[in-house]
Amino acid sequence: MSLKAFHIVFVIFSTLLALGVGGWCIWVNLVEDAPVYLAGAIASFACALALVVYGVWFYRKMKQLRILT
Amino acid sequence: MEIPYTISTRPDTGLWNAKIGIWLFLASEVMLFGGLFSAYIFLRLDAQPGEWPHGLLNVPVGTMNTAILIMSSVTVVLAWAALKMRRYNAYWWYMLATIMCGVIFLFVKLYYEWPQKFEHYGVFLKPSALEKYEQYLGNNRRTEKGMEPRIEISGHLHNPEAIKDPSIKEYEIGLDPVFVDPNNPTNDRPHFLYVPPTDHIAKIEKEDVERIDSFGPWHSAYFASYFTITGLHGAHVLAGVLVFIYMWLPVSKKLYQRNPEHLANRVEVCGLFWHFVDLVWIFVFPLFYLL
Repeated sequence: MSLKAFHIVFVIFSTLLALGVGGWCIWVNLVEDAPVYLAGAIASFACALALVVYGVWFYRKMKQLRILT
Repeated sequence: MEIPYTISTRPDTGLWNAKIGIWLFLASEVMLFGGLFSAYIFLRLDAQPGEWPHGLLNVPVGTMNTAILIMSSVTVVLAWAALKMRRYNAYWWYMLATIMCGVIFLFVKLYYEWPQKFEHYGVFLKPSALEKYEQYLGNNRRTEKGMEPRIEISGHLHNPEAIKDPSIKEYEIGLDPVFVDPNNPTNDRPHFLYVPPTDHIAKIEKEDVERIDSFGPWHSAYFASYFTITGLHGAHVLAGVLVFIYMWLPVSKKLYQRNPEHLANRVEVCGLFWHFVDLVWIFVFPLFYLL
């Protein structure tokens, strides 16, 4: 597996982590009733979205540049 | 003698040698970390309800470190892509950013997260002394609610010399907030944002203490696992940073001028290792900090 492919796998896992952290923040907010966790959840979901956008951009860019080792 | 197949692919494997080598190495790393993660998960699952420490790590700091590592994976792959496009200046800056991310991660770990734990103490009380310190433990209410009793009082040890000096008869602990207000139901569950020990000092007589330990690997199975896995991971980060520094120094520019593809292959191999190290952290973070 090339670095490019491994990077895409890594971005997928990072996105899953960001989604998981967002879910965890929502759960803690429900238990603790602390708005700071809600802010954490919003930030985590925003990071997940950013990672998806980056992952797609990276894949297209690599394809475009024909860096296919 | 020239090392063969550093740039061109071997006819029988279809890959250049270093790539085969790094994947074999990473396979052994998967087994190493997999064994440690399995041990941690079984310890966690086997712990009695309420017995496993939870919420002792600083989640915002851990989150920041996670973001830094993810960022470093992006910069290392951009460094490699820059080499592929023969843009050495861009490679140099991306590699510097990767090194900085690794250094910041290690700095936070070694100068903030770890030392904080070594300065924090847990005093484990003898069962016969639990009633005496009820004001800090709140066990009567916990027993009524069917919860496990507290046997440990934790906080900042104000007289660390008391550990070795037999003439000092008591420990002075600047209590963690939970022990100042133990009957507050909000303290029954873990808090994930770091709150420093209070100014409220509890004096605990040595004869009532079963053992006193800082939050080091010797404190509990949780901290033993935490320090083993984060320590091993930190050693990998350090190794990665050292190799990246070599790749960033002028010596690599000479290789670039001689054969840019050779340097690109070296960076790719190091990048694969770095991605693996970051992937390990993606599992460490939720396991230790959140769950």
